[in-house]
Amino acid sequence: MKLLVRGGRVIDPASGYDHVADVCIAAGRIAAIGEVPSDFGPQRVIDATGLVVAPGLVDLAARLREPGLEHRATLESEMQAAAAGGVTALAIPPDTDPPLDEPGLVEMLKFRARNLPGPRVYPVGALTLGLQGTRITEMSELTEAGCLAFSQADAPLTDTQVLMRAMQYASTFGYPVWLRPQDPHLARNGIAHEGATAGALGLVGIPVVAETLAIGAIVQLMRATGARVHLCRLSSAAGLALVRAAKAEGLPLTCDVAAHHLHLTDAELVRFDSQAHVVPPLRSETDRRALVAGLADGSIDAVCSDHAPHDDEAKEVPFGESEPGASGVELLLPLTLGWAQEAGLGLPAALAAVTSRPAAVLGLGLGRLVEGAPADLCIFDAQGRWTVARESLRSQGRNSPFLGREVSGRVRYTVIDGHLDFEATAG
Amino acid sequence: MTATDQLTADGRLRHLLTLQGLPREVLLQILDAAAGFLSVGEPETRKLPLLKGKTVFNLFFESSTRTRTTFEIAAKRLSADVISLNVATSSQSKGETVLDTVQNLEAMDADLFVVRHAASGAAHFIARHVRPHIAVVNAGDGRHAHPTQGLLDMFTIRQFKGDFAPLAVAIVGDVLHSRVARSEIHALRTLGVRDIRVIAPRTLLPAGVEELGVRVCHDMNAGLPGVDVVMMLRLQNERMKGSLLPSAGEYFKNYGLTPEKLALAAPDAIVMHPGPMNRGVEIDSAVADGPQAVILPQVTFGIAVRMAVMDLLVGGAA
Repeated sequence: MKLLVRGGRVIDPASGYDHVADVCIAAGRIAAIGEVPSDFGPQRVIDATGLVVAPGLVDLAARLREPGLEHRATLESEMQAAAAGGVTALAIPPDTDPPLDEPGLVEMLKFRARNLPGPRVYPVGALTLGLQGTRITEMSELTEAGCLAFSQADAPLTDTQVLMRAMQYASTFGYPVWLRPQDPHLARNGIAHEGATAGALGLVGIPVVAETLAIGAIVQLMRATGARVHLCRLSSAAGLALVRAAKAEGLPLTCDVAAHHLHLTDAELVRFDSQAHVVPPLRSETDRRALVAGLADGSIDAVCSDHAPHDDEAKEVPFGESEPGASGVELLLPLTLGWAQEAGLGLPAALAAVTSRPAAVLGLGLGRLVEGAPADLCIFDAQGRWTVARESLRSQGRNSPFLGREVSGRVRYTVIDGHLDFEATAG
Repeated sequence: MTATDQLTADGRLRHLLTLQGLPREVLLQILDAAAGFLSVGEPETRKLPLLKGKTVFNLFFESSTRTRTTFEIAAKRLSADVISLNVATSSQSKGETVLDTVQNLEAMDADLFVVRHAASGAAHFIARHVRPHIAVVNAGDGRHAHPTQGLLDMFTIRQFKGDFAPLAVAIVGDVLHSRVARSEIHALRTLGVRDIRVIAPRTLLPAGVEELGVRVCHDMNAGLPGVDVVMMLRLQNERMKGSLLPSAGEYFKNYGLTPEKLALAAPDAIVMHPGPMNRGVEIDSAVADGPQAVILPQVTFGIAVRMAVMDLLVGGAA
């Protein structure tokens, strides 16, 4: 299939290329940018006049809920949602049911995904069997099956000896370890940022020190084991300061932030809105501003959706009894554009945080819009405003703290591996 | 803010969920109405027809004897039909959700739900989901709020002390886990009390408690001098099993209210407690049974206050 994307503002964030140009796509690759070869002969021409043509978004955390959690969402529904959000590659956390701790599960997931339209999927394997935190998994076998890193997802790993050995073992083979930094003891029973808001509402707090203590331990274990670590979902200013120090020291550390943490604080909790129940918790305005700045200056490597679709029943209960997480894969682009506006960044810098920078964390040759690169494109209307509503989401999970809010940035076309996998209906 | 969930657009009380943000006029309206109901305890006026034909469901997802009983009595004195359900031991254990339970009871023509639940925010959640004609009274949600207890405490203070503004009030004990303390603090602030002190060890204080408008003390000798009202909080036994406190004995030594410590307060200070009391843990029997204790009047006033709240929400005049 040959595609011609005509007249759009073509941005390659990694190189800073930003010009109105035509893009030729053939055999799953970017064949040419700028000059259209006279003999190109596309089967389909997309008029991108007034639109931005960017590399497809790379999401470091999107739960597709298979296997085992199909009542929340299915591979099919979530891959469609991701494509509608302009996401062309995503990493899947291992917290499925059962968790991704066996090669067969990973192979099956990859096989199922390959046969559906939608983004490239990259499973993150479980670091320990059943995410139980006691026995390490067959990391080499899992890598062969398609895992590109190992993680505990949101499951606690209370035994530091297991953590150290898992990091030692992973570093033997150069496998990255992805960890969400949170001390399990200090976070026990916690459901909200420990501060005046949670105090007044009588919600059990998760103190910032639960994050900093864990980062401190991980950084020391990195020095001791030589492991490469990616920290998932930074939530606090103090945590960010520790990350900066570790990076300055030259440790092989990367980290991400969830898009909702760039916009929301614990002020969302005052009406006990269970949609604002996420992990790590929404923290203070000071923390939020630090995360906005940290992503802008590169201390935070990427922004991800931390997509966690739920059925309505999971949120239609009192706050403390609700399941944590928000459906977000369709909001990644608009929330990133919103962040860039607050941080005073232009479109190329904004898009880098969801394309080339997360692609670098994954270590894959994605997130670029250059000749010869895989043809993964997100074509969007940067000014297109829309209101987040249950009906506007394609994800099976309609759980979002942004319901009812107006956002900017509307995906019009998504090209994945040279195929037009999503096309917005007119209007 | 939380207040909007319980007030109509024109500022009338639609539900009673929290005392945070509850306007002073509404608070005083309830206290005034309660004063009028105080005599309804007398045999010749024991029943008023204000809630005749109305159905009140006491919906207790967390067990309670005292609070449920006083709500029952209050509703009966207003001639309502009252059904009390201990949901903790019935449908919830069969896997029914809170919402299912509420919708089932709505179908039985309820007018008022009195709700207690172990989760903070549960009453807000239910209030957001009930049909428009049904009112919800929060009878305690997790650690968050217990507004009728806060109101009856204000009523008690007014009965014994009159004016609120010049008072110094100390709240002593487990503020961290206490929905009563949070409701008391909001009400005291709204009624103009400027000197509110909380006295507790750091392990029993929520983060940012100062932002509620209180002064924090860790020592009874520093916190009690000159106070007009001492509000004791219940310390549950389970708090002494973990890492919050070493023992009941050491807690009593540091924070138990003894006659000696009470002597630091104003000579005519009153002592309050929401019950049930742990004698010898947070309060010495000599104080609990002494002349300054107003703990039993609190219980009596609680019925009048709950009558006032129910009448305001679903009574004939509503």
